[in-house]
Amino acid sequence: MLSLLAQIDPPVGIPEQSIEWSLLLPVLILSVGAVLLVTITSLAPSTRDNHFPAIYTALCGVASMVVLPAMWARVAPAANAGGDPQTPAGLIGRALGAGGDGPQTIINGALVIDHFTIFITGIICLAVVLVALILPGYLDREGLAGPEWYVLLLLSASGGVILGSADDLIVTFLGLEILSIAVYVLAALHLRRSESQEAGFKYFILGALSSAFFLYGIALVYGATGSTRISDIAGSLQIPNESGLVPLNDASMLLVGAAMLLVGFGFKVSAAPFHVWTPDVYQGSPSPVVAFMASAVKVAGFAGMLRVFVVGLGEASGDWRGMVAAMAVLTLVVGSFLAVVQTNVKRMMAYSSIAHAGFMLVAFYVAGSDDADSAMTGTSALLFYFFAYSVMVIGTFTAITILGGRGDGRHSLDDYKGLAQRRPVIAGCLAILAFAQAGIPFTSGFFSKFRVIIAAAGSGAYVLAAVAMLTAAVSAFLYLRLVVAMFLDGGGDHDDHDEIDLTDADEAAGGEAALESDGSGVALAVEASTLTAQGADDGEPVPTAALAVLVATVVLTVLFGILPGLGGDILREAAAALG
Amino acid sequence: MTLPLFAAEAGVESASVPILPALIAVPLFTALVLLLVPKHRVAELKLVALLGSSITAALSIWMLGAFDADDGGLQFVTQREWSADLGLSWFLAVDGISLFLVVLSGILFPIAILATEPHHDHKPYYFWLMLLMTGSMGVFMALDLLLFFLFFEIVLVPMYFLIGGWGHGRRIYAALKFFLYTMAGSALMLVGIVSVAFLSKDATGGLTFDVIRLAEAQALSDTAQTLVFLSFALAFAVKVPLFPLHTWLPDAHTEAPTAGSVILAGVMLKLGTYGYLRFGIYLFPNAAHDLAWIFMTLGVIGIVYGAAVATMQRDLKRLVAYSSVAHLGFIVLGLFVLNTQGIQGAILQMVSHGVSTGALFIMVGWIYERRHTREISALGGLQKSAPVFAAAFTLIMLSSIGLPGLNGFVGEFLILLGAFQGARWWAVVAVSGVILAALYLLWAYQRVFHGPAEGENAEMPELRFSEGLAILPLLFLIVFMGVYPKPILDRMEPAVERLVTHVEANVNGFTEPGPEQFPSEPATAEDLTHTLEEAEERAEAEDHSEENGDHSEDGDHSEEEGDHSEEGEG
Repeated sequence: MLSLLAQIDPPVGIPEQSIEWSLLLPVLILSVGAVLLVTITSLAPSTRDNHFPAIYTALCGVASMVVLPAMWARVAPAANAGGDPQTPAGLIGRALGAGGDGPQTIINGALVIDHFTIFITGIICLAVVLVALILPGYLDREGLAGPEWYVLLLLSASGGVILGSADDLIVTFLGLEILSIAVYVLAALHLRRSESQEAGFKYFILGALSSAFFLYGIALVYGATGSTRISDIAGSLQIPNESGLVPLNDASMLLVGAAMLLVGFGFKVSAAPFHVWTPDVYQGSPSPVVAFMASAVKVAGFAGMLRVFVVGLGEASGDWRGMVAAMAVLTLVVGSFLAVVQTNVKRMMAYSSIAHAGFMLVAFYVAGSDDADSAMTGTSALLFYFFAYSVMVIGTFTAITILGGRGDGRHSLDDYKGLAQRRPVIAGCLAILAFAQAGIPFTSGFFSKFRVIIAAAGSGAYVLAAVAMLTAAVSAFLYLRLVVAMFLDGGGDHDDHDEIDLTDADEAAGGEAALESDGSGVALAVEASTLTAQGADDGEPVPTAALAVLVATVVLTVLFGILPGLGGDILREAAAALG
Repeated sequence: MTLPLFAAEAGVESASVPILPALIAVPLFTALVLLLVPKHRVAELKLVALLGSSITAALSIWMLGAFDADDGGLQFVTQREWSADLGLSWFLAVDGISLFLVVLSGILFPIAILATEPHHDHKPYYFWLMLLMTGSMGVFMALDLLLFFLFFEIVLVPMYFLIGGWGHGRRIYAALKFFLYTMAGSALMLVGIVSVAFLSKDATGGLTFDVIRLAEAQALSDTAQTLVFLSFALAFAVKVPLFPLHTWLPDAHTEAPTAGSVILAGVMLKLGTYGYLRFGIYLFPNAAHDLAWIFMTLGVIGIVYGAAVATMQRDLKRLVAYSSVAHLGFIVLGLFVLNTQGIQGAILQMVSHGVSTGALFIMVGWIYERRHTREISALGGLQKSAPVFAAAFTLIMLSSIGLPGLNGFVGEFLILLGAFQGARWWAVVAVSGVILAALYLLWAYQRVFHGPAEGENAEMPELRFSEGLAILPLLFLIVFMGVYPKPILDRMEPAVERLVTHVEANVNGFTEPGPEQFPSEPATAEDLTHTLEEAEERAEAEDHSEENGDHSEDGDHSEEEGDHSEEGEG
């Protein structure tokens, strides 16, 4: 067999490639890991108990994160080989003794590995780890099993990484499809819930439509510039044109092509007016999957968008920045105003994710600025937003997953009433995350918004900044409603001083007595007994792993709110890769 | 990203003890300690909260003593770099303008904790109160624009929970309204803050949010200054609240628990007026000067409107809430006449209003606890069974009216004096507010405390010893500030002088705002003290007996007598 293989000559005509496998490690770990997981679980059925695949997936995520610091040092610009010794990344780079090779283009120009790629990879892998940890609890509760959830999660993540590092529009499309198709299936994977099927179907149909737009956009851009390579496209737009490619003679074709690409990406990141799938899909899909959709999928979509527009079409930014600004305003308005009337928490969070996409679009608009300084600030604001929002939204959906109850259906705002009494820890965490998303100070949510506003004001986009802040104030209402339900609405009874969720007539009487007696011991005793009765009543155990994820996200959110400058150099270097 | 770094000059004039960070850290630490106390240990919870807030109060009073009265600049400066990347610094300091507001916050919290108890969920209640104290302390000391904004916003959260969780009636509605109004108002302020930092970037030599450097730079064009000033002014107008934006206040004040109302009136409304002074007038003197007539007009409308609406209220607490609108109108008028008397009066009035309205809310809260109603028509003749209670109420009420010899008078008088020089017709209308205040408060007093006592009103319990202990510091302050405001005015004067000089230097063709320009010589400090002394003498002559009574209020026992003689007057 081997000797047979050895006889085959390399095919003529295709130049022999040496591929830098070490720089492909994150993608390889994720995708090969997925294939291996299928193999292992089919050969050894005893491993299909939800726990092995979860731990395996989390380890895959961790493994691809572990190689990132070394890669970071490797692709550091030659100027600071090994990185700045002041920074953690630089320290690791020095320790590894490598570095200074600058951004690497691999596989014949298909992928580019630079600091930006590594940053995006890091966020996607973080999302994989966190989601893999909340999945087993969910699957156990729902009576579902099977490694396919984890396999799809890993595959989707590998698509996201490819999307973030693609240097060719065809590869971008490839990454987008790998990312999306796995998520379409994940959305529909709760087989016993018809909403889940519906969500998967809707997501798939609309996603396919947007892919068609995207492909058409690639074709037009190719027609206009004569290349699908992003770096070549950038070259062909330069004046004077020294790339040796087709000089840009058809600006309108490029414009239409760019618009089509924007539609395709707009769908992925749920920007208005391409957002209509979001509420339905978020509501119907399994909650842990939504956590992944709102974080990794959105981040990967924006990453691809940055590569295509800021790097590739950067010279033509005058053409598309107007469209982005309009989209940003529309997204902000739609996301914040339509959220106000929702009563389903998952739908509310869907609109909130649209509003956040609007903020990211504002940063994206600045990132496309001609002024290099502004563009840098915009990109780094966007990168910080990726991180902060991913952490917040995964935490939020972790809490939503826990609270969904068997059948993943208890998501009405009424179901959250009196939660502070029943599950104080989860309610407290969810409240912090909700306030963080609203942009309350001393959370990472505030500083992510603040960085966007700084970037916008710095590039003179005051109107966009003002619109963003005003809509942020409107969407604060959405988060407050959630907090009101959890903390202040004691279960329907609106009497003075009545915080107690009264479940039966006996306790109701006791509660009334508590109100009458003047804050004395009797009242407290009654109150305490009511509470314990309820605590016992709500007996569903909370999976430890999910709780740990929730707490970890809260800690990260608050930490980056108190130390907003943390990791500033990483942001700067990652943003510099695009500049 | 090439944001130039802002190298903080750490501890330039720093005192040996970092007193200001301690004022923030102690309540924060107390809040964390509260989390460790089991929730059924009610007495311990209260004790911890009281201890923490009292230590903070003591520290703030110690700071008052250590404050150098002759220095108009910043004192107790603490400056640490926070995020060089974003140009943030942890810049805390006090001067004569913020000093008394810090002390006021320090004093009001332990009193509010001592005076009232929540009826349920003690642990989160004290936890939120302590967080609120942390934020309130920080907001008056922050001199980094963004740090100020952070504190300005963060105080919303605990207050929102306090109103929503421990309030009355439509508490959730009131809490939401309060939160959203303020949040929407301050949304544009963040854009303004960032804009001013960017537009001054070249002049200040790098992106910075340091208020002092931004104010010294004065790098904005007139149009930009006006726009940014308006974005600030909107946020503060909601907070004050100024006339058309005041509708959240009666709801929030009425539905809030007593402690919440006390802090809301005493501390949080001052964020608006303090903000106008420190971040509006100081940063944008030109725009503030040009637009002063708008704010004076809105202030005067607030005075008359608040008083008129207060007169019509059936709910005693709502009446007090509307009286706040009127009082805050006075303060805004005083700020925007942009002369020393007006601003000094406004600052003094901020403190006075905090003391007397805070005390009024406490008293109303006690009436509600005893009678389970705040309807004025359901009350009556309370003084028959609770004479001491009535006496204390009288004193506070008279101070709120602005009776000479009590604290309310000094501030109002200075404001009117300042306004009369700069904006005579505004002053003329504003004076009517003083009369209206007498009308609505005296009328309310008459209906609640006089007349025949029927039913439960006849069995109204008397002021308890612990309650008397809680309210006594406020009564003392009411009298002290009325009789002898000089130490307070002395401390704020250099800072106010500096501010006014800064305004005059930076306004193109400075004239005091208003159509009626007095050709008079600029008022000096001597003038001021002189006029004030005259006023005091008159006041003393008028209310001689009353003051005698008040003076003997040092011991608990003599308090009763003092207040009795009060009541005869009222």
